[in-house]
Amino acid sequence: MTASTTVADNVAITCRNLRKIFVLRHTRSMKESIVWLLKGRKGDLSKKFDALKDVSLDVVQGETVALLGLNGSGKSTLLKLISGVLQPDGGTVQTRGRVAGLIEVGAGFHHDLSGRDNVYLNGAILGMTEKQIDTMFDSIVEFSEIGEFIDTEVKFYSSGMYLKLAFSIAVHTDPEVFLIDEILAVGDEPFQRKCIVKIKELAAAGKTLFVVSHDLDLVSTVCERGVLLEHGKVVMDGEVHSVVKELRRRSAEVV
Amino acid sequence: MAAVNNDLATPGSGRGLLDVYSNRFLLKLLVRKEIKVRYRGSVLGLLWSYVKPLMQFLIYFVALGIFLNLQKATPNYAIYLFSGIVLVNFFTETLGNATRSIVDNRDLIRKIYLPRELFPVSTVWVSAAHFLPQVLILVGAGLLVGWTPSVLQLLAALAAFIIVAILGTGLGLLFGAINVYFRDSENIVDMILMVVTWASPVLYLWTMARDALGGWFVLYQANPMTVAVEIFHWAFWYPTLKADQLGMAEMPPNLVGLWLPVSLLVSLAVLFAGQLVFRRLAVHFAQEL
Repeated sequence: MTASTTVADNVAITCRNLRKIFVLRHTRSMKESIVWLLKGRKGDLSKKFDALKDVSLDVVQGETVALLGLNGSGKSTLLKLISGVLQPDGGTVQTRGRVAGLIEVGAGFHHDLSGRDNVYLNGAILGMTEKQIDTMFDSIVEFSEIGEFIDTEVKFYSSGMYLKLAFSIAVHTDPEVFLIDEILAVGDEPFQRKCIVKIKELAAAGKTLFVVSHDLDLVSTVCERGVLLEHGKVVMDGEVHSVVKELRRRSAEVV
Repeated sequence: MAAVNNDLATPGSGRGLLDVYSNRFLLKLLVRKEIKVRYRGSVLGLLWSYVKPLMQFLIYFVALGIFLNLQKATPNYAIYLFSGIVLVNFFTETLGNATRSIVDNRDLIRKIYLPRELFPVSTVWVSAAHFLPQVLILVGAGLLVGWTPSVLQLLAALAAFIIVAILGTGLGLLFGAINVYFRDSENIVDMILMVVTWASPVLYLWTMARDALGGWFVLYQANPMTVAVEIFHWAFWYPTLKADQLGMAEMPPNLVGLWLPVSLLVSLAVLFAGQLVFRRLAVHFAQEL
C-alpha cells in the first residue's frame, strides 16, 4: 500500500486538502510584457482564481456520491482532478482501480471514421483492451440502438445517435470507479430511462459512482450520498436528500 | 492495463514514453486513424504520398541537376538526390506534425487523461507509413541502374532511419510541448524545416561543405541529419556506381565506425531532453489548451 495510514482499505477515491488555482492569463505577447516591465511591474500580468480550496473527501468502494453545487462551485474541476486530466496545486488525490469518466461523451470521436472504427478508438481511449472491445462490441451496438448505421461515418449521425453510441461505449468500459458529468440528459426519453436503469445496475453491482448533475431529482434517486460544493469548498456532506434540500434552500437565497 | 491494480494510485501520473509502449493498441488505432483521415475525400488518396515527393524531386533535379549542372560531377545524380530527399521528408513530416499534435488533439487532452506522448509518437509512425512507399520507389530506381548493396550498407541504412526517427521524436516532444504555451513554436519549427534540407548534403555534395567550412565542418557533421543522409547515399547511391565512376564519389571518412554511433548518441540525448521537458510541461496541458 502506498497510501497513508489514515486511509481505509476499501476507499476508492481519497482527496486530501486539494487546492486548484487557475491562472487567467491575459496576454503573453512581447509588447505587453515590455510595457509591463517599463511601468515598473505594476499590477499583475495574470489573474488567479481559486477553483478549489482545501477539499478533503473519501469515497468508499461501492458508494454512490452526488456532487452538487451551483455553476462555478468547482464540481467539474474536482472531477478532472480525480480523472487525472488536471493536476492539483496542493494536496493529494488518489484512486484505487481503474477510473473511467463518462465525462463529455464523444470527446474521442472522429467525424470521418465509421461508427465501428470509433467504437474501437474510443474504447481504447477509455482504457479497454482489444480483446475487451471485441467481446463487448455487439453489446455496445445493441445498447446504442445504432443498428445498421454502425458502418456509416459518424458525421452523418444525428446528434442523438452520436450521443447514444458514445454513452454506450462509456458504460461498457467496466471500470471500478465511474465519474459521470452531466451526461444523463442523453438522447430521447426512452433512451434516458435506459441509461438510468444501466447506471442503477452499475451501482447495484458495487461500482463506485461519482455523479455531477444539475438534475436534482434524478441524482437523489441514483445516489445515496450528497456532497455540496460552494466556491471551491465542501459545505455539506451527508445523505443525498438533505443535501439536495440544503442546495435548494441556498439557491433560493441567491435569487 | 489488463492487470487490475488494487493499490491506491495518483491519477494522471504517467511514466512517459514507457506508457506509450503499454498502450500499443491505442497507438495502433491512432496511427490508423491518422492515415485514414489524412487523405479523406481525395481521389488519389495515399498516392499523394508518392506524387508530392516526386514533384519535389523533379524541381530540384531540373534546377540543380540540369540548370546548375550538378549531374555532371555526380554520376546517378537522380538517385543521389532522391535518397536524400526521402529521408529529409520523413524528418520534416515527423517534426512538423508532432509539433502540432498536442494542440490539434486539444479536445481529447482537455477531457480525458491519456499518456500525452502518444500523440507525437503516433505522428512518427504515420510519417514512417508515408516514407516506406518512397523507399520502394528509390529501390526500384536503384535496381534499374544496377544497385548492389552489401548487408552492412542495408543495416546502416536501417540505423540511419532509426536515428532520424529518434531525433524527430525528441524534437517533436520538445516543440510539441512548448507549442501549448507559445504558439511561436510552430513558426520556429517551420524555419528549422526550411533549413534542414540545406543543412545536410541532400542537394549538393558533402565535399563542397567541407571545402567551404574548414574547421567548422565538425559542427556540420555533428548534425545527425548529415550523417543519416550520407549513410543513405552510401547505401542507396554508392552501390549503383560502376567501377570507373567510384573515383568521382568520395564518402566521408569513418562514416559507420565513428559518426553513426555519435549521431545515435546525439539523437538519444535530444530524445531524453525532449521527454524531460515534455513531462514537466505536460502537467498543465489540460488547463493551458
